[in-house]
Amino acid sequence: MIKKLSNIGDCGVVCDFGDDVNQKINAGVIKLFHYIKEEVSKGNIKGILNYTPSYNKLIINFDLNKIKSSQIIDFIKSINFSKLSFSKNKKEWIIPICYDFGIDLENISKTLKIDKKEIINIHLNTTFFIYMVGFIPGHPFMGDLDSKLFLERLKTPRVKLAPGSVGIVEKFCNIYPHESPGGWNIIGRTSTKLFDKKNESQPCLLSAGDTVKFKSISKKEFENLYNE
Amino acid sequence: MNSNFFEVLRAGINTTYQDHGRFHMQHFGITPGGCMDLKSFFIANALLGNNSEEGVLEFAYQGPLLKLVKGEAKIVITGNVTFQIIKTNNEKVNGECNRSYNLKEGEQIDILATKESVYGYLAVEGGFNLKPFCKSVSILARAQIGPNEGKKIKNNDKVNFKRNSNNEKNFTTNVINEKREIIRVMQGSQFNFFSKQSQNNFFKKHYKITNLTDRMGMRLEGPSISNIVSANIRSEGITKGAIQVPADGQPIILLTDYPTIGGYPKISNVISADYHVLAQKVPGEKVLFKNVELREAEQLYKEHLNNISETIKNIKEIN
Repeated sequence: MIKKLSNIGDCGVVCDFGDDVNQKINAGVIKLFHYIKEEVSKGNIKGILNYTPSYNKLIINFDLNKIKSSQIIDFIKSINFSKLSFSKNKKEWIIPICYDFGIDLENISKTLKIDKKEIINIHLNTTFFIYMVGFIPGHPFMGDLDSKLFLERLKTPRVKLAPGSVGIVEKFCNIYPHESPGGWNIIGRTSTKLFDKKNESQPCLLSAGDTVKFKSISKKEFENLYNE
Repeated sequence: MNSNFFEVLRAGINTTYQDHGRFHMQHFGITPGGCMDLKSFFIANALLGNNSEEGVLEFAYQGPLLKLVKGEAKIVITGNVTFQIIKTNNEKVNGECNRSYNLKEGEQIDILATKESVYGYLAVEGGFNLKPFCKSVSILARAQIGPNEGKKIKNNDKVNFKRNSNNEKNFTTNVINEKREIIRVMQGSQFNFFSKQSQNNFFKKHYKITNLTDRMGMRLEGPSISNIVSANIRSEGITKGAIQVPADGQPIILLTDYPTIGGYPKISNVISADYHVLAQKVPGEKVLFKNVELREAEQLYKEHLNNISETIKNIKEIN
């Protein structure tokens, strides 16, 4: 299942599952992620500090004082992939969105030559699959958007975005949980808090493998929900 | 329950509690964080006989002015920092880094500035009294994670520490200043995304550190790096020190509070042995990148750790 193993710096190993982004490849990534996480918590392998799944890759970071790249690669090669399992505790979320905060909607409409209302409709009618969570705490990467709305990232990322901003790039959609920099095209903002620091074992609302549908709300409803 | 504490009379710049970092959380989008300059962190704790992973206060450019309101404390400042201890009779004593000092109730410590560097560290014997989040006391201010409600230290805050210092002995060690222009990196699998000309420029020309630099990343300015494959890649997990190049051709080095996932191709990754040298560079300084292979990077890291061990071994009591 892994197409290529390579180094990223002296304390990271990249497990590359192939170039395509689809739910089948992602399931392979998630399976390996679950396995490594479990092996680390059982103490079967020492020195691994982080294991970060993305669409088609798993990146393993380690403490160079305790283990080396070659040992990590030997460990990965020894895994019997046919025996790995993918636990599916899949949740279906409905998340409110206010499109009045879509600071890039006007530009997107011009670039794609599609009416703003039509862009919103397509977005509302999409059931998104969560491929991964990251970038910043609780931040989901979701797909797949209608090809009519495919866009590139902004050439220079914005220095500051409001928390809850919903952005799109190519077939993907995401939500920025905190005020942060970012390079995605912003179409709206949600009042839902995606990250709860009081819950130390599972601080993120959304997990890879869940689905999300958006529900349109007014600016007033947004303010009420946001201040709750 | 004791209640030894300092009062913050001036917060300083980007003053936060930090330790070695928070791990096993990157898949939730929680970056490891921790001290930008881990060498200074380890030396600070060693000089006080603390647990090597005890939390410290990190500051950038200007540190805090703290008044010891209750208790007695033994403190150390590491990095390259100008500071003074203000006695209760207002007498000011210039302080030296990498040396411990006893503070009596009512005395103040005024951390004025870092010299030709960005980060400095204040540690206290026995450690600060902090509530960890996911086994670390590192503050990640942009996500409001960690002690002090995940916020930077501000004026009038209380800085609590665990115990009174009950010995008058002080310690010091000699720390080698590792300031250098050359930063060693390892090419990654996306190195070939960039034109031959750009690859050559990257290793032959200087890149300047810009003002757009913080704990998360360092934006550089230099010969534009042109991408011949794609300016966007599939977002993937990030490693500390990754040098990514967005479409505008100016590289960004991802630092300690890096985003856990990123979608720009990476031309190289700073090696672990040189990271603390890079992190201490101030805007306006220039760097020259040098490529090394994995074996050499591993060897250099071993030497770096030996150097820290040696520094700690050479800690001596001040007579």
